[in-house]
Amino acid sequence: MKPMLNLILIIAALLWSCQPEAEQENIQFVKPANFPEPVYDLKKNPISTAGFELGRTLFYDPILSRDGSISCGSCHQQSAAFTHHGHDLSHGIDDQLGERNSPPIMNLAWHNTFFWDGGVHDLDLQPIAPIENPLEMDEDLKKAVEKVRNSSKYAPMFKETFGSTEVTTDRMLKAMSQFMLMCISADSRYDKYVRKEAGGEFNSSELAGMQVFQQKCASCHKGELFSDFSFRNNGLSHEFNKDRGRYRITLNEEDDYKFKVPSLRNVANTGPYMHDGRFYTLDEVLTHYTLGLKDQPTLDPLLKQNGKLGIELSNEEKEQIKAFLKTLSDDTFLRDRKLSEQ
Amino acid sequence: MNVKNILTVMALFSATLFTFSCDKDDDGEFGPNDKGSIILEFDNVVGSQNLQLNGPQTYTNANGDQFNVTLLNYYISNVKLKKGDGTVYTVPQDSSYFLVKESVAASREIKLNNIPAGDYTEVTFTVGVDSARNTMDLAKRTGILDPAANSGDDNMYWSWNSGYIFFKMEGLSPQATADAAGNKKFRYHIGGFGGMNSKTINNIKTITRTFGGEKATVRSSITPQLHIVVDILKAFEGSSKVSIGSNTTVMFAPYSVNIANNYVEMFQVHHVHND
Repeated sequence: MKPMLNLILIIAALLWSCQPEAEQENIQFVKPANFPEPVYDLKKNPISTAGFELGRTLFYDPILSRDGSISCGSCHQQSAAFTHHGHDLSHGIDDQLGERNSPPIMNLAWHNTFFWDGGVHDLDLQPIAPIENPLEMDEDLKKAVEKVRNSSKYAPMFKETFGSTEVTTDRMLKAMSQFMLMCISADSRYDKYVRKEAGGEFNSSELAGMQVFQQKCASCHKGELFSDFSFRNNGLSHEFNKDRGRYRITLNEEDDYKFKVPSLRNVANTGPYMHDGRFYTLDEVLTHYTLGLKDQPTLDPLLKQNGKLGIELSNEEKEQIKAFLKTLSDDTFLRDRKLSEQ
Repeated sequence: MNVKNILTVMALFSATLFTFSCDKDDDGEFGPNDKGSIILEFDNVVGSQNLQLNGPQTYTNANGDQFNVTLLNYYISNVKLKKGDGTVYTVPQDSSYFLVKESVAASREIKLNNIPAGDYTEVTFTVGVDSARNTMDLAKRTGILDPAANSGDDNMYWSWNSGYIFFKMEGLSPQATADAAGNKKFRYHIGGFGGMNSKTINNIKTITRTFGGEKATVRSSITPQLHIVVDILKAFEGSSKVSIGSNTTVMFAPYSVNIANNYVEMFQVHHVHND
């Protein structure tokens, strides 16, 4: 009986291990039908299967951190739309706390700035910041590139992607961009509804929620990306957090306490919310917009119309908005095996 | 032939040589396609003393603060040379970025090749990196412009606010405000290319200096050396007198504009060697 069982297990294992090989797909960047044109210049970094896989390997490789303990994937977890699930602020190297809530890696081809303060203007330059941030991966980019250069597993991957084994900063960061660019979330129930595809049915409360959302939220959380990518002060108290946001980048007082409007795609999975993760639930977020705003010189004018602070929402409307926001969850994206650590 | 005669012949001979060489220069006896090189030597000094890294804290700035220098790096880019007749030679953009590091002797001598032969009287260069190169595709940022080119204290790139640090000077001073670790160290990291999506501070400084009546005679056989004296004391004075105590750390902040305005005056052409 026992040898028989072993044999079955071995065959099963063989079959199973063959499975992913057979399934391996050709990586291609396809603009979702309901999305605008991407902002990222794909001509300067054409996405290939090899480049995507190299980028994915780098994304999940802790050698990019000083002591080999933290990878990009540590604070950007796929099941949480590549945020740090349950963490207001993320733990970086030596268990130190970062300064801001880790933002999702999703639909970045449509962003023209990166980070809560928009300090980086090119996706290719983005990974340098967490790699070098002393509270995150705390590694010199120079040393990170050298470690990749000296790791035998990378030479064939660079060769396949770029035609030679040479590891340069440009190649390494562009491969990481290829992986991040492919983190596209465009298959939620909302998308299917918009594209009139099967499975895109809304119930009455979701439909009502969409209407309220369009009236009261969509001037900032705009369009199919659910953000206009501007920087705004949404009236959070800065009594306990002096982070001046966009001001740090522009040194312009008018940008004080402004942060980039986040996309709301997969918002049910990306809590806690706000640049410092101060709200753990969507209820708290909605309560903030109705009752919790603090008036400030740079407060967004949309949040103080006709001299009245906040957005007016009935309890019913709040429930409807929440129902609508849940239609933005994209399980295809959150569970896409090709985006996971292999 | 007696000694006197020999001397006479020698004198005549040298006079001929002298005349000949003068003719060559003045009448432009070099081919229109002749090329040569020129060396820009950046000689970092502290007033009348040569700069010595990590020395005792005995330098004194205009504010009376005592200090030493532990690190001095700056980018020089976009070099242009002007001839006496007004024609300008611009070093090709892709070969016109240099990082001067006090700690690396070779980096202080910038050799420019393929310069059309001629008599040059003026130089123009940028202290820092132009805004185009700050925002260009990474593929165009190799060598000293690679964000991974320098590490640790030597790093000349801001990752969190994309852009190069144009000028970096650090040192110890008893007047400095102690940092969290208790070190009395001043740190001046000056950058700011004007911003990509919003207007921000612009500390890109372009400097033009004449050679004070001297000429740099670039020939296929002559590589002139332009001796540029860089007096770091000037970074502390000028339009703003910098107090190390009140301004121990100046990085991406409004005050950086004052230091950048000051350091323009550090760069002076001292003399030219034509040998």
